[in-house]
Amino acid sequence: MAKEKKRKAAEEAVDGDDYIEREDEKPKKQKLILASQIKNKEKRSAVYAKLKHEKRVEKRKKIKARDAASKQALELGEEPPEKMVPRTIENTRELDETVCRPDDEELFAGNDADEFSAVLKQQTAPKVLITTCRFNSSRGPAFIKELLSVIPNAQYYKRGTYELKKIVEYAKNKEFTSIIVVHTNRREPDALLLIGLPDGPTAHFRLSNLVLRKDIKNHGNPTSHEPELVLNNFTTRLGHRVGRMIQSLFPQVPNFRGRRVVTFHNQRDFIFFRHHRYVFEVKEKKEGLKDKKSKASQGKTEKKAIARLQECGPRFTLKLVSLQHGTFDTKGGEFEWVHKVTLSHVYSHLTLD
Amino acid sequence: MQNDDVIWDVIRHHHCSYMAKIQTGNFCRNPYNVTGICNRSSCPLANSRYATIRDHDGIFYLYMKTIERAHMPNKLWERVKLPKNYMKALEIIDKHLEYWPKLLVHKIKQRLTKMTQYRIRMVKLSKKVREKIMTVPRKEVKRESRREEKALRAAQIENVIEKELLERLIKGVYPDICNYDEEIFNKLLDKNKVEEQEEEEEEEAEVEYVEGDYEIEEEEELEDIEDMGDFLKANNFDDIEGDEDDLEEQPAKKKAYVSYPLKQDDGTEKVRRKGKKVVVEVERDEDMGNRQHNAMSNCAHQKLRFWHVFGRISRFFSRQSYQFEGIFFFFFCFRFFLCRTMIDLWFYSQEMLQRDSLLL
Repeated sequence: MAKEKKRKAAEEAVDGDDYIEREDEKPKKQKLILASQIKNKEKRSAVYAKLKHEKRVEKRKKIKARDAASKQALELGEEPPEKMVPRTIENTRELDETVCRPDDEELFAGNDADEFSAVLKQQTAPKVLITTCRFNSSRGPAFIKELLSVIPNAQYYKRGTYELKKIVEYAKNKEFTSIIVVHTNRREPDALLLIGLPDGPTAHFRLSNLVLRKDIKNHGNPTSHEPELVLNNFTTRLGHRVGRMIQSLFPQVPNFRGRRVVTFHNQRDFIFFRHHRYVFEVKEKKEGLKDKKSKASQGKTEKKAIARLQECGPRFTLKLVSLQHGTFDTKGGEFEWVHKVTLSHVYSHLTLD
Repeated sequence: MQNDDVIWDVIRHHHCSYMAKIQTGNFCRNPYNVTGICNRSSCPLANSRYATIRDHDGIFYLYMKTIERAHMPNKLWERVKLPKNYMKALEIIDKHLEYWPKLLVHKIKQRLTKMTQYRIRMVKLSKKVREKIMTVPRKEVKRESRREEKALRAAQIENVIEKELLERLIKGVYPDICNYDEEIFNKLLDKNKVEEQEEEEEEEAEVEYVEGDYEIEEEEELEDIEDMGDFLKANNFDDIEGDEDDLEEQPAKKKAYVSYPLKQDDGTEKVRRKGKKVVVEVERDEDMGNRQHNAMSNCAHQKLRFWHVFGRISRFFSRQSYQFEGIFFFFFCFRFFLCRTMIDLWFYSQEMLQRDSLLL
């Protein structure tokens, strides 16, 4: 109570101009008392509620004022005042040197000398070997089945107790172009190891948020046409390399009649995988619905061309943990990039984006 | 004075810090113990003459203790290095412990056997590649999942994909997707493009991956006439009159399909035979009726197409010179169609004739 009185008194002192002497005295005692410093719970919650209400009212006023100003400006024919853009991580990215530029000669030369250039230039058709780790998992087999339907020309082999290096050799002999190892932890698929062959880089991804096809509402069933690939947002050099690696899993000549699209969308170093079937349609958008009283017909019906998607197939996210030069060799291999946890996280410092 | 019995008595009945009592028995944790069990004969403290084998970095050593050195604990244990060869090690043990009690020697040899076996196993295992379990602290796991959620929300994946697909459509990557009407779409897409360009801000150059442009054009094959039997049986004649374009405002002639080659329209049909393929130009008249459809389904298209083709063919045959052949054509089709449908067909073709004659 005493504190509240003091606060009120402080406020009054600031507002009123009469008591000038008090103003000189008060600055010492005039502390802004936060609502959280009040020990009494009821009082504290009341004060906080009042504060929130005030803030909300202020905010609403601001919004109204802004809308009115823009409306006025439009009516007068002037330019409306600038819309405020919220600050996002994407907005506040630091300038990254490693971002690929479209006119980079070195990049294109590097691409030609890449491990994937053979597949990407359609000299060899991609052939993928899928296997698991040694342990059992409950969702693993279902996931692998769906992967087999997504990636054309993929085969599943049981793991047995073979060493990974031996598996790599075996795959090389049988002329596979890449190996996918689905790793399990606690009976859930947890990590994905992507090994390019021969001498391809090894990418280790952490898998999360796996949703199988049967768990998706209104899912579609994919056909066996070759899918289209959409790779979004792989802008840095490392991202570019990973993007090409993913691209080399799929055949380069898509069958557009199948209308199947496989998306790898990179956002803030998380690669989201989606698999859709799409359709182009004409959508009628009716304008002037707000004016219910008008007797005249409902304005013009605007038609827009849209693409409509139906999700089929699994949905998961990948995060790159390490990229190793050469085939799988943790002890002797040279790591191009390893995910290091820094104590201070700089939000706009991204590696794949 | 060293009196083993006294020592044992004290140890056993009072307290020995090396003794570990387990469900199955008493064990001795003394590193110099041969068998590992807490026994009168195996206790290194209660036996003044004792020997063991111990292992340092894969090399076995024979340790011996005698009563002569009992007063010098520093020099109590004498150490002999044993060779890695099992037989040779046995010989050396025999040599050093020649006059020792047989029981002890036997126990030592047993221990040597056991140790060589587990050394072999260890070497084998270390050569094998084993998976190492790396743990991730829970804090990090939670942090990653939180960030993933936010990234997902920021990504707006569906919108992005749809935009990308439309862009590709505009660019012309897709040669023919037959479930939309090309004219309408092109118009709408141009409108969309114009709108977008107005709103567009500067974008950074993004490196995007697009599957190679599929530029091979396909020519659609017209099914052979024999196969049309199925069509007619399946479809009702009534449906056909209703199927129309929704483009009243479009100017006179429009094309139905993308891949059909452009031809001049002089009112006559052109039926060309290229080997097995039949390329037919389909022209539509503008006054076809008022019913509107938003988008035509594949089925409807094909139905309509078939009827038009049939009409053309029958008109062709209906010319004076080909009347005879026309009748053959009629009966030819009759073989495959139902009676009723045939009659309807005939009437339809006559109707087409009349219409065309009016136009002409």
